[in-house]
Amino acid sequence: MQWEIVIGLEVHAQLSTHSKIFSGASTAYGAPPNTQASVIDLALPGVLPVLNKGAVERAIKFGLSVGAKINSPSIFARKNYFYPDLPKGYQISQYELPVVQGGTIAIQIDGAEKTIHLTRAHLEEDAGKSLHEDFHGMSGIDLNRAGTPLLEIVSEPDMRSSAEAVAYAKTLHALVRWIGICDGNMQEGSFRCDANVSVRPRGTEKLGTRCEIKNLNSFRFLEKAIDYEARRQIEILEDGGAIRQETRLYDANKDETRTMRTKEDANDYRYFPDPDLLPVEISASWIEQVKSALPELPQARRDRYVAEFGLSAYDAAVLTASRETADYFEAVVKQLPAQAKLCANWIMGDINGQLNKEGIDISACPVKPSQLAALLTRIGDGTISGKAAKTVFESLWNGELDKNVDAIIAAKGLKQISDDSAIEKIVDQVIAANAQQVADYRAGKEKAFNSLVGQIMKATQGKANPAQVNAILKKKLDS
Amino acid sequence: MFNASLKQLSIQLAGKKISSTELTSEFLQRIQQLNPEYNAFITVNEELSLAQARAADQMIAAGQAGPLTGIPIAQKDIFCAKGWLTTCGSKMLSNFVSPYDAGVIERFNQAGAVNIGKTNMDEFAMGSSNETSYYGPVKNPWDHAAVPGGSSGGAACAVAARLACAATGTDTGGSIRQPAALCGISGIKPTYGLVSRYGMIAFASSLDQGGPMAKSAEDLALLLNVMVGFDARDSTSLQREAEDYARDLQKPLTGLRIGLPKEYFAAGMSNDVASAIEKALDEYRKLGAQTVEISLPNAPLAIPVYYVLAPAEASSNLSRFDGVRYGHRAESYSDLADMYRKSRAQGFGPEVKRRILIGTYVLSHGYYDAYYIKAQKLRRLIAQDFADAYQQCDIIMGPTTPTVAFNLGEKSGDPIQMYLSDIYTSAANLTGMPAMSIPVGFGDKNRPIGLHIIGNYFKEAQMLNVAHQYQLATDWHNQSPV
Repeated sequence: MQWEIVIGLEVHAQLSTHSKIFSGASTAYGAPPNTQASVIDLALPGVLPVLNKGAVERAIKFGLSVGAKINSPSIFARKNYFYPDLPKGYQISQYELPVVQGGTIAIQIDGAEKTIHLTRAHLEEDAGKSLHEDFHGMSGIDLNRAGTPLLEIVSEPDMRSSAEAVAYAKTLHALVRWIGICDGNMQEGSFRCDANVSVRPRGTEKLGTRCEIKNLNSFRFLEKAIDYEARRQIEILEDGGAIRQETRLYDANKDETRTMRTKEDANDYRYFPDPDLLPVEISASWIEQVKSALPELPQARRDRYVAEFGLSAYDAAVLTASRETADYFEAVVKQLPAQAKLCANWIMGDINGQLNKEGIDISACPVKPSQLAALLTRIGDGTISGKAAKTVFESLWNGELDKNVDAIIAAKGLKQISDDSAIEKIVDQVIAANAQQVADYRAGKEKAFNSLVGQIMKATQGKANPAQVNAILKKKLDS
Repeated sequence: MFNASLKQLSIQLAGKKISSTELTSEFLQRIQQLNPEYNAFITVNEELSLAQARAADQMIAAGQAGPLTGIPIAQKDIFCAKGWLTTCGSKMLSNFVSPYDAGVIERFNQAGAVNIGKTNMDEFAMGSSNETSYYGPVKNPWDHAAVPGGSSGGAACAVAARLACAATGTDTGGSIRQPAALCGISGIKPTYGLVSRYGMIAFASSLDQGGPMAKSAEDLALLLNVMVGFDARDSTSLQREAEDYARDLQKPLTGLRIGLPKEYFAAGMSNDVASAIEKALDEYRKLGAQTVEISLPNAPLAIPVYYVLAPAEASSNLSRFDGVRYGHRAESYSDLADMYRKSRAQGFGPEVKRRILIGTYVLSHGYYDAYYIKAQKLRRLIAQDFADAYQQCDIIMGPTTPTVAFNLGEKSGDPIQMYLSDIYTSAANLTGMPAMSIPVGFGDKNRPIGLHIIGNYFKEAQMLNVAHQYQLATDWHNQSPV
């Protein structure tokens, strides 16, 4: 039987506010345990939550970016359960009327675009951390993270493969960073995925029983966990078994998922509106204000790059993978509007390659857009060859000669010989010295031509403009 | 001196006839003497109180005194006060010394008032007799066999027995007004949102409201002037222009229309209460007011609605008491679930457990719509009844409680009977309207009777005027059990 995998994702994006969602404590990562937990985060008797407006604003920003409905009023609710790192014994979250309802995200998959629908995105507070090591049979609790604002983004079960799920997660990841609501740092847990996975016979409508895989903190784990889980479910079904609805954990070391809790021991969270927080009215003017401050979104830029610069959809997608990359591209292309493809190739090739190799972000790229533009200008005007440009690029990267392109070209003697008469002189010398090859060429051996070009380039130490060399040599030989 | 009103003491302090240190010492001495009998205070801390008294004396000397500077005020043990044991009447918090001040405590501190001690109360404010306190019951100063009411039983007792000049209380279903009535003092629950709930340990967040308890309406006005104010740390705190709650005290009552809900003058009210209320209404008619019969058709539903919503919120509010970060933790346990189970089983008393169970039940999957949602809808209907009633009258009156104080132990085995103590009072919490109780005489066994005055939203100044005019014409509020 042919099986179809059905995937929906829940993504927890940590919002980039400086203070927590219901207290004034700092959200900075990595402080000593419990030094960033105020009396409110500790849930001392009598303390009350006060909503951080910045968190709501970020949720609105997200909603507008995905074309969602912004609910007003929006309501905060208590999700009740006991756990030591949950200080109040309930998590303040949203149940009915989340800030963001609906919306879509377009992903690129196999060169085509696919639309993934969002169910909702709601605000909630993060829990603290339980530390099970170093306490000799006891557990430690660190409440620094308690109360950190999260936007939980829930998709519809619209994805049909792990590749689609990863493409969606990456697009979402780029978007939340693009609009500046989340730093996207997956190691620090700023962007975490839970995947709901089920399988069904291809061609059928009814969804299979799903399992939720928790806390996937890298795109690779997301992909592998989904693949493993789908295989597991298919095997059970093909053996005549049934899938049990449960929550599972992915073990990266063993590359497998295993049961965390079954539906039977699921909590009844007893959601009800938090009486300490009033319904949040989100006015049309506030929404308008947030909208006017939104940057141009990735999708809009992709479309513009295709229309304005004639780039391929693929190039446009690569360049808009992050706002920093897109901004870099724009800064370069601004100075070379006619050479957009050249700019794109250099950024996607040499720049990205070198950045990846050294593990740095484009925002920290040692070659600034103006320097790359200066380099590309010299290729365009024929001052240097594409090959010499690689040498200049290396010097720029290494910070030589104040990163002055012309100074580097001069110092390294990379300037091309573009003077027809100078080239002609050398061509004549080479023709004279290589009678055999000339004869071979004229006898129809095309290869001999390349050999002659090689001789000319060697004679000019590679500085002759190859296009001119080709043209002059051909003219002389064919005449 | 102990019988003096807050206003009189304030004048004496300002005129340097007495110092706050002297006054505070006198009250501390009296507490030391009499509290073992009354059990009105859970914590007395002479050092902290006297330090505040000395600071108040300096404020007075520097000419920076306000009406409350140097006045000893008893704080209900539900308000977190920095450096003070703050127990909420529970074993669960029997080891909790607050590291911070509640909004109300801050306001009293800024006004230079002296915290004379933390008063006894029903555990987590759940009770109408002060018998659910981990620290034991409080006696009614008028009759030591009777309960003082609750949950602010210690506060009411402290004021009535002259152990403090005034006290704070909190009122979720009647916890200021019912003990005020049973102890023969005055108490007001302001409009929801006027007094900060920050640092006031939550019982039912949408119903809880702090307020003052004192010997007279005039004193209540002075206390409200300090207690009321916006607090950004409480999202339900109201941002309004400050008002002087004493400004209308002297207004005549001519033309005042007093609404008498027929539902509150029905079966259930005892004869002694009915006759005292009738006499009080006669007095009002003499003062120029007129009475009109009104109807609050949904008012009888207030108790069932209250006993769905209050436990629902409480069950969640009390989840933080888990023995993990502070408070009582069982000495031995086998694992995490066992630690929770034992700590909470040991830390909470039976009434608190009962309400957590009720609340957990009504919020449970499959019951939420039938109980919680329906109760919220009825709550809206009850509020609409009051809105309609205020088309026909300016203020509403009735009995605060159906009977005078019952005996200690009389109802503690029968929760339903106990819950009915709040039959007249809980509607004001459900609607958020201000309501108060003033003493209007004595009934069975010479125990005090309270008149319940309910006002429209933000009508505290008018209510205090109505109460004050009565107290100018009568003497019930000056009667002392000691």
